[in-house]
Amino acid sequence: MAELETHHFDVIVIGAGGAGLRAAVEASAAGARTAVVCKSLLGKAHTVMAEGGVAAALGNVWPEDNWKVHFRDTMRGGKMLNNWRMAQLHAQEAPDRVLELEEWGAVFDRTADGRILQRDFGGHRYARLAHVGDRTGLELLRTCQQRAVALGIEVFMECKIVRLLKSPEGAVNGAVGFWRESGKFVVFAAKSVIIASGGVGKTWKFTSNSWEGTGDGHALALWAGADMIDMECVQFHPTGMVWPPSARGLLVTEGVRGDGGVLRNSEGRRFMFDYIPEFYAKETADTIEEGDQWYDNKKDFRRPPELLPRDEVARSINSEIKAGRGSPHGGIFLDIASRRSEEYIKRRLPSMYHQFKELADVDITKEPMEIGPTLHYIMGGIRVEADTAATTVEGLYAAGEAAGGMHGANRLGGNSLSDLLVFGRRAGQYAAEHALGSPGDVKVDEAQVDSIVEAALAPFGRESGENPYTVHHDLQETMQSLVGIIRTESELVEAREKLGELSERASAVGSEGNRWFNPGWHLALDLESMLAVAQCTTLGALERRESRGGHTRDDYPKADPELGKVNMVTRMSDDKVVVVREPLPEMPDELKTLFEEAH
Amino acid sequence: MAIVTDETATATPAPEAQPQAGEPAPQLTMRLWRGDETGGEFAEYQLESLGGEVVLDVVHRIQAEQAPDLAVRWNCKAGKCGSCSAEINGRPRLMCMTRMSTIDTTQPITVSPLRGNPVIRDLVTDVSYNFAVARKIPPFTPGPREADGTYRMSQVDVDRVQEFRKCIECFLCQNVCHVIRDHEENKPAFAGPRYFARLAELEMHPLDTLDRRELISRELGIGLCNITKCCTEVCPEGIHITDNAIIPLKERVVDARYDPIAWLGRKIRRKPAPMSAAEAASYAPASKTGEFISLDPRPVDKA
Repeated sequence: MAELETHHFDVIVIGAGGAGLRAAVEASAAGARTAVVCKSLLGKAHTVMAEGGVAAALGNVWPEDNWKVHFRDTMRGGKMLNNWRMAQLHAQEAPDRVLELEEWGAVFDRTADGRILQRDFGGHRYARLAHVGDRTGLELLRTCQQRAVALGIEVFMECKIVRLLKSPEGAVNGAVGFWRESGKFVVFAAKSVIIASGGVGKTWKFTSNSWEGTGDGHALALWAGADMIDMECVQFHPTGMVWPPSARGLLVTEGVRGDGGVLRNSEGRRFMFDYIPEFYAKETADTIEEGDQWYDNKKDFRRPPELLPRDEVARSINSEIKAGRGSPHGGIFLDIASRRSEEYIKRRLPSMYHQFKELADVDITKEPMEIGPTLHYIMGGIRVEADTAATTVEGLYAAGEAAGGMHGANRLGGNSLSDLLVFGRRAGQYAAEHALGSPGDVKVDEAQVDSIVEAALAPFGRESGENPYTVHHDLQETMQSLVGIIRTESELVEAREKLGELSERASAVGSEGNRWFNPGWHLALDLESMLAVAQCTTLGALERRESRGGHTRDDYPKADPELGKVNMVTRMSDDKVVVVREPLPEMPDELKTLFEEAH
Repeated sequence: MAIVTDETATATPAPEAQPQAGEPAPQLTMRLWRGDETGGEFAEYQLESLGGEVVLDVVHRIQAEQAPDLAVRWNCKAGKCGSCSAEINGRPRLMCMTRMSTIDTTQPITVSPLRGNPVIRDLVTDVSYNFAVARKIPPFTPGPREADGTYRMSQVDVDRVQEFRKCIECFLCQNVCHVIRDHEENKPAFAGPRYFARLAELEMHPLDTLDRRELISRELGIGLCNITKCCTEVCPEGIHITDNAIIPLKERVVDARYDPIAWLGRKIRRKPAPMSAAEAASYAPASKTGEFISLDPRPVDKA
C-alpha cells in the first residue's frame, strides 16, 4: 500500500450533510485538524430535501413554549422508546443552535417584530419550527457549508469510504475509501472518526431518499464492531408523491398540513377523524369545526388529526387505500387548494408548488395532490452515548440520522434538523477532545488496507458476474413487500431468508469498464452497506413483537409495555448479524413528572 | 453567439408517447455524450418510452440496462440539490426537472455535459472552479445581537436576500456566462453569476458589516459582465441574477468610487456595527470605523 494516497488528520467526518458539517465546524473550532469526506459534491447532501423547518423551543410565536414541552412532545412522539437524555439535550440546546445559524448567515422567515418565525408541525404542541418557506434544509446546509468554507476545513468530495481501520487495541483509527472520479484508493489516518452519513432509504423501493442513502455509515460502524439500536424503527412519511412513477416517493412536506392542508379519500371524506388513537385523543379535535378553528386559535381549540405524528397518519392512509378508498394512482388526496388562497399557498409552499407543477403538471393551488407513504427516515441507528455521541467502539462517533436513540420509535417532523445541529456539534466537540488527548501519530496497518482494497476491487475480476442493478432491484422489492409499513412474522422470516440469498448474489456481482467514475462498480459496493442495514432492520423487526411508532406488526398490533423498556441491539458476532434485547436507560423521576401533568 | 441552441426542443411540447395496450411501446432514441478529457462522441441508445418520465429517469434506465459504467451525477431528483445539470438538446437544464413530455421524442434527444466545464467522464464535469471562487468570498459577518440575545430583521428587508439564498448551486448560470464559457483565461479574475448572487446576498444582508466592493470590482471582475442575462434565463430557481444581483452590485461598486458615506448609510441602518470578529477586521477598509450616518432606510436598488 506504500503507493496509496494517505492523509493524516485529528478528526475525519464521513458525510457532508447538516450533521457532518456541523460536527466538522465544531471539531475545527476546537483546534483539531479536521476533514470532511463525502460521496457527492459539497452542498448536495440529502439535508437539502428537508423542507418544513427546524424544531426549537424559541418561544417566538408561543411564549408558553419551552424545552420541557418540546422534550415531552419528542418522547411521546417517539412512543417513549427515545434515549431520554438525548431528547433532553436536544430540546434544551436546539434554540441556541438555531440562533447560532443565524449568526453564520442563515435567513429564516421573520415574525412581525423581526424575530425568527415558527410554524406548526405534527406532534408539536406549539408552532415551533423555524423555517425558510419550505426550503429550510437547503438553508441549513448552505449555512453550515459556508461556515466550513470560512474556517478552511478540507473537504474530500466524491470520495466513498469502504471500510474503517482499527488499531491493535480495537480503536477506530482511520478509513479507506476511493475517489469516485478516478477509482483510486485513498487512506485517511485519524484519531477520531465521526459517522454522519445519513440514512438508508435506498434499501426500499419507494423512498424520499437520494442515491446516497445506502446506509454506508451504519454498515461501516457495524463492521467495525459497533452496536446498532432499534433498526426496525423506520419512518414512512405519510405524504410522498405517487404520480408520475418517476417521482414516486418524493417528499411532500408536512408543512402542507401545518398550513391548512387536509387528507381526503376518494369519497371526499376527511378520514383522519376516524383514526384518532386513544393516546392522542385528549389533545386532538374530534370535529371538523373544532379542527378548523385551531389554525387561528391554538389556545381554545385542539389540533386537527391530520397533524397527528407521522406513524399514525401513515398507517391511516395505508388503511384507507387498502379499503379501496384511494386515489386513481393508489394514493390518497392531500387538499390545500380548497382551503387556502393561491397567494398564500405560493408564499408558504413555493417549492411544493414548483415540484408538483414541474413533475406532475398539477397546480396545487387549484387541485388536490395525490400522495401516499414513502420511506423517509430511520429512527434506529448507531448506538451512541447521549452527551458525547461516542459509539461503543473507541475513537468512533456518530451523529444525525446515522445515530440511533434520539427519536425513539417515531420522529417528529422538524426534530431532524435540530438533531443534526445539536448532536453534530457534540460529536465534533468530543471527537476533537478525544483526538487532541491522544498523543503521537496514527500508525496505519498496511495489511488491513491491502485486504480492503483487494475486496473492493473484486467486482472487476467478475466481468461476467450479475449486474448489481438487478440485485439492488430485488433487494428493494424484498424490503418493500416484506419489511414495509405493516409487518408480520412469516413475511419477516421470508425476508431474512431472501436477504441471505441476496447477500450471496451481491458477493458475486461483476463490474464492466474501468475504475474511472463507474456507477455500476459504486453500486456493487453500496449494496454491501444496504444488505447489512436490511439484515439489522429485519432481525430487529422479528424480535420486536409489538407495534410501536414506525414499527407495526400485524400479528402484534398493540404496544407491549415490557418491550417499551428495551432496545433491540444488533451487532456483528462471528461474521453474522445478531440481535439482543438490552434495557433502555431509565429516565430520572423529575422528568417523569412531565408526563403526569394534565395537558 | 447563441448559447441556447435549440429553443424548439422545449418550446413546442409534443404529445408524449404513451404505451397503449396491445401496441408496441414507442421507442426513444437517446444520444448521450460518452468520453473523457481526451475526447469522446455521442453514443446512441434505443429504449422504450414509458409515461411520466423525466430525462434523468431515461438516463438511469440506460445505465441500469445498457451501460452500467455511464457516468452521471444526481442526488435529490427533485430540483433541490442542483447535481444533474446537463445540456439537453443543447439547452442547459436540470435532467431531473425536464419532463420527457416537454421534448419532441420523435427526434433523437441529445444529452451532453455542461460545456463550460472540463469533462471528467461522460456527463460528469469538473466544477472545482466554483468551489475555488467560493473560498475567495469573505464570510457573513454580523454586528452584535440585541440586548435580548436575538437578531431583529423585518421580512421585507430579507425578501431579496432570501431570493439569492434559494440558489441550489447547479452552476447552470456559470455554464452559460459569456465571460467564461469560451474563455477559460477569464476564470481566475471572475466570480461568475452564482457568486455575484452570493455577494449581492451578503451586501444586502441587513446584519452584515463587511464592505466587499473592492474585492467585487478588482478581483472578482463584476465589470466584465455585459448584462446579457443568459444566467437569469437558465436559472431553475427563477432568481433574477442580472436585475437583482449583478446590476445593483455594479451600481454599488461605481457609487463606492464617489460616495462611501452613501454606501455606509445603506448598509448599516439602525446603529453602528463595530467589527467584532478578528477575521472581519482583516477585510474591513479603514472607512468602516468612521462615524455612522443614517440615510436611506432601504437599499436603493430594491426592485
